[in-house]
Amino acid sequence: MDWLNAIVQGVLLGGLYALFASGLSLIFGVMRLVNIAHGDLIVLAAYLALSTTLILGVHPFTAILVVIPLMALIGYVLQRGVLNHTLGDDILPPLLVTFGLSVFLQNALLEGYTADPQKLNVGSLETASVSVGELSIGLLPLSTFVVAIVVIVFLQWIFYHTALGRQFRAVSDNADIAQLMGLSKGHIFGLALALSLVVCGIAGILLGARTSFDPAVGSGRLIFAFEAVIIGGLGNLWGTLIGGIVLGVAQTIGGKINPGWQLLAGHVVFLLILAIRPRGFFPRVEH
Amino acid sequence: MSSLLSVNNLSKAFGAVRVADDLCFDIAEGEAVGILGPNGAGKTSLFNLITGALKSDSGTIYYRQADITKHSAQKRCRNGIARSFQIPQPFNGMTVFENCLVAATQAGGMSGSKAEQFVVEVLDDTGLLDKSNIKSGSLTLLDRKRLEMSRALATKPSLLLLDEIAGGLTEAECGELIDSIKRVRASGTTIIWIEHVIHALMAVVERLIVIDFGRMIAEGDPETTIKSDAVKEIYLGVDGGEAA
Repeated sequence: MDWLNAIVQGVLLGGLYALFASGLSLIFGVMRLVNIAHGDLIVLAAYLALSTTLILGVHPFTAILVVIPLMALIGYVLQRGVLNHTLGDDILPPLLVTFGLSVFLQNALLEGYTADPQKLNVGSLETASVSVGELSIGLLPLSTFVVAIVVIVFLQWIFYHTALGRQFRAVSDNADIAQLMGLSKGHIFGLALALSLVVCGIAGILLGARTSFDPAVGSGRLIFAFEAVIIGGLGNLWGTLIGGIVLGVAQTIGGKINPGWQLLAGHVVFLLILAIRPRGFFPRVEH
Repeated sequence: MSSLLSVNNLSKAFGAVRVADDLCFDIAEGEAVGILGPNGAGKTSLFNLITGALKSDSGTIYYRQADITKHSAQKRCRNGIARSFQIPQPFNGMTVFENCLVAATQAGGMSGSKAEQFVVEVLDDTGLLDKSNIKSGSLTLLDRKRLEMSRALATKPSLLLLDEIAGGLTEAECGELIDSIKRVRASGTTIIWIEHVIHALMAVVERLIVIDFGRMIAEGDPETTIKSDAVKEIYLGVDGGEAA
């Protein structure tokens, strides 16, 4: 039963990783941009939520109403002001610029919030759980998992059933031709990063509610996000969820064997999958 | 008739290769103009300059009496300049219908069911309606050419640029295409058409412009222009070159 419990916890943890990863996956899909600052933007969202709760005295989940529009705005401005100028035939400039952004964000957060670990206090939800048979499932991890599924369904809906999604796909398919169809590439890319950072906002708040965070944890989240995306297969959001779950289960089982092996087990499983299926479980089939 | 498009002293060179050399011409509202010239004469580059995919080295382009030389490609498209590509370039991951819907909603400025209805009309006209839900990546060459035209038409253009749309079609298909283009013209759309299939071109256009090495070497009434010495020299060749 302990093992089953570890697996269930791992699956639920996978939901959080899928949230980390789907924003990363989204912008890679639309504009082939690898955002090294993705993890730090998640941490930024957590700090924004922290400030909102402290200043307005509201519950962290209410702070989402402030954090999401703010992250969307940051995303749009960041894309149009900075990242659009780095995109081109060469993939190196966006990598370097987002790496620089990552360093900048970490240090800005350090300056603004100190290196002390912080936590978003979500009250009784932190410890509340439901019993299923002999299993005890935490409500917070469970709701995180549900949120992850809702976010993925929402992103899929946007991509395949809205005008905005058609624009994303058209630009992703051939940005130059899309411009001749009247699409503004810069604007669409701006909206894509805004959407990606909205997901970061949700992920950041759930991260802060689950564990303590400090300005340096972003790069770790970035690695989890990358691993989830690659295990699941590039460009497939449901695959990303599976990737997150595989990673989460590997970590909890590793932690079960030896508490020190938690992260190691995740990385080992990732490397094994990379060796066996280099393109992940469900690489993008032609839509 | 007032002039819809006015190209003045337009020049563009890639290194030593001049693709547009001091080009000047006007296109009147509602006119259908054919552009002729050997391969590499600068015909497609001219389209790229008009649609904004290429920036000119010098010269100006006026559209509806406004200087659009510095306008972006998407702005020109929204103002009603659309083109089809010689080598079809659909959004391969999307269906035929979605390809056109992007054009109709973005460049055509329509939305919701109005845009969908319009796309249905366009696809019906170009004969692609029964293939609406097929991924454009899996279309045959002929259907890709049709999609090029459908997508350009879905932007509701005032000025339609067609780049060798008849190339590679059978006689019968070509006839359908000519009918289709004539209908587009009858609806008031101005057309500039680059084509090597002379009889198709002659059936539609009322003026010919002949280009070689980026320079305009002949212009005027199709029947006279096609028989002019300049055209004979290019196509039939003084040094025994291949006939068109």
